[in-house]
Amino acid sequence: MGAPPILELCQLDKAFGKIVIAEGIDLSVSQGEGLGIIGPNGAGKSTLFNLIAGDDRPNSGDILFDGRSINDMKPYQRSRLGIGRSYQIPQPFGKMTVFENVLTAAVFGSGTTVAEAEDRCIEILHRTGLMGEVNKPAGRLTLLQRKRLELARSLATRPRLLLLDEIAGGLTEVETQALINTIRDLRETGVTLIWIEHIVHALIATVDRLIVLNGGRIICDGKPREVIQSPEVRRIYLGVEPE
Amino acid sequence: MTNQTYIVARATTASKAALVIMVSCVVVLLLVPLTGDRGSMRLIVEICYFLALAQMWNLLAGYAGLLSVGQQAFSGFGGYMLFAFVVYGGLSPLISLPLAGILAGIVSLPVAILMFRLSGPYFAIGTWVTAEVFKLVFFEIPLGGGSGMSLPIQAIRDISPTTEGRELIIYLTALAIAVGSVALVYSMLRSRFGLALTAVRDNERASASVGIDSFRLKLGVFVTVAAFTGMVGALIFLQKLRISPGSAFDVMEWSAGIIFIVVIGGIGRIEGPFVGVAVYFLLRETTANYGAWYMILLGLLAIVIMLFARQGLWGFLAERYRLTVFPIERRVRTVEPVEKAKPSNGISDTAISNLSLPPF
Ligand SMILES: Nc1ncnc2c1ncn2[C@@H]1O[C@H](COP(=O)(O)OP(=O)(O)OP(=O)(O)O)[C@@H](O)[C@H]1O
Ligand SMILES: [Mg+2]
Repeated sequence: MGAPPILELCQLDKAFGKIVIAEGIDLSVSQGEGLGIIGPNGAGKSTLFNLIAGDDRPNSGDILFDGRSINDMKPYQRSRLGIGRSYQIPQPFGKMTVFENVLTAAVFGSGTTVAEAEDRCIEILHRTGLMGEVNKPAGRLTLLQRKRLELARSLATRPRLLLLDEIAGGLTEVETQALINTIRDLRETGVTLIWIEHIVHALIATVDRLIVLNGGRIICDGKPREVIQSPEVRRIYLGVEPE
Repeated sequence: MTNQTYIVARATTASKAALVIMVSCVVVLLLVPLTGDRGSMRLIVEICYFLALAQMWNLLAGYAGLLSVGQQAFSGFGGYMLFAFVVYGGLSPLISLPLAGILAGIVSLPVAILMFRLSGPYFAIGTWVTAEVFKLVFFEIPLGGGSGMSLPIQAIRDISPTTEGRELIIYLTALAIAVGSVALVYSMLRSRFGLALTAVRDNERASASVGIDSFRLKLGVFVTVAAFTGMVGALIFLQKLRISPGSAFDVMEWSAGIIFIVVIGGIGRIEGPFVGVAVYFLLRETTANYGAWYMILLGLLAIVIMLFARQGLWGFLAERYRLTVFPIERRVRTVEPVEKAKPSNGISDTAISNLSLPPF
């Protein structure tokens, strides 16, 4: 890819006490790229998002966004720079309505006025299938709806780099297909996407590149189909011995 | 898919009716001085400043999550600054009132920066200790020391040569401050600022992920509340005409009392302080002959409410009968395609057309 990198991770290390979660992670993501991340439970995928979004600090290493170090930036500053994220365990603003959740993200994440943001929020709520719930307090949503709200809210910040953490789990086949279409449409707009997902076929249908995280290291990096076929992945990730 | 139109509505029929009632109340209150009933006027002044203090504490604790038990630091400080401006600065008491508020806001800034390093119960304890330190300082500095000071006769005459005239001016000022406190909180919460505040209260971590700087937001609330509280404090001691460290920084009256009012009425709701203040004065006036019993009853009631109806009296009613006097939420409504969305009265806002995208 010829596009310049939007995100670069250089020798990232992260440990919680003695437990090493990321070890010497080097990763470069180009503008407009779609990157999928897979890996077994506890591999450190969500932690990687926390490091990028600023919810966690690395023990050492650098994070560059648009070529500039964002190591010392707080999460709200990274959000304003254009890093949008969803949480694997949904974090709604429980007492606010679904609409207000998305509106807040639109107003503060993309720096527009409330009036300007309103139409875009309705559009996003349509796209994410939440129109039926607009006026419901987010705290009363089902887990599936909360995941949709995670997507809607992160989209509302108008991110240039979007981090999605397991938003497809629990969807029916039809819903997964609709989500795939939504993500494809989104990528058309030029957003850079990093998507952590266990539903591998959804990733294959949407991303250009797939990495495998295991034990805090990137053990595989390449075209989605090739990565899935690779013997390391079959052995370490899927627990299948190569024949 | 149909080509529906959406509007974002703020007000409800009930809230519009409530607004009319509120405005009528203010008009009636404006007419009270015509009766010449000075006892009632004095009581209403008190109700006004308790309401204003309660609105401020509710904004601080109920919305910004800053559980301060040391707001008497700022009301007492504001009171003292009024006396300082009048006695040493030779300023008129009415001009000193907002100046005292501004000064309280300024001193609250370093206090906030210090206190924000403390979290949870330590923040509450820290604010209380701060208020005690304020009290000790005013014991020492030459503003009357421990025995306090009175407003000089000349300054009192400055407001108005007659007692009736002075009481009328104080009455109108108190009314303006009470209405101002409600208007300030209401307009803050209805603006984008209210969205941020509610988001931070609901989930601080997620609020940062959508670009909200919660530290600055809370700092802004703390300073605004301190300034307004300082101004109310100035009014309180302008009415009392005397100030001393013991009365100015009394934790029972200016902190516990206010907290009881807000908890009883309903924390985190603008209507709460109204209900709480009503209960407070009802209890106080009916048990006037029994000393401090109203405070004990109030405390007990607050505890019962915290145990069994944490949303407070107003919260309990509001949830049961779906009441709102001050609507701050935004509701999305569908409008029939033929009926052109008319932003009729400025209350129902933007018209939005559906883009009919495929949901997943
Ligand atoms: N704040 C924390 N303190 C201590 N340990 C943590 C913390 N956050 C995560 N961990 C640990 O780090 C490891 C990696 O967690 P992480 O959530 O990044 O995994 P993951 O790859 O996202 O897994 P999953 O597929 O289950 O979501 C886990 O063992 C987890 O228990
Ligand atoms: Mg995870």
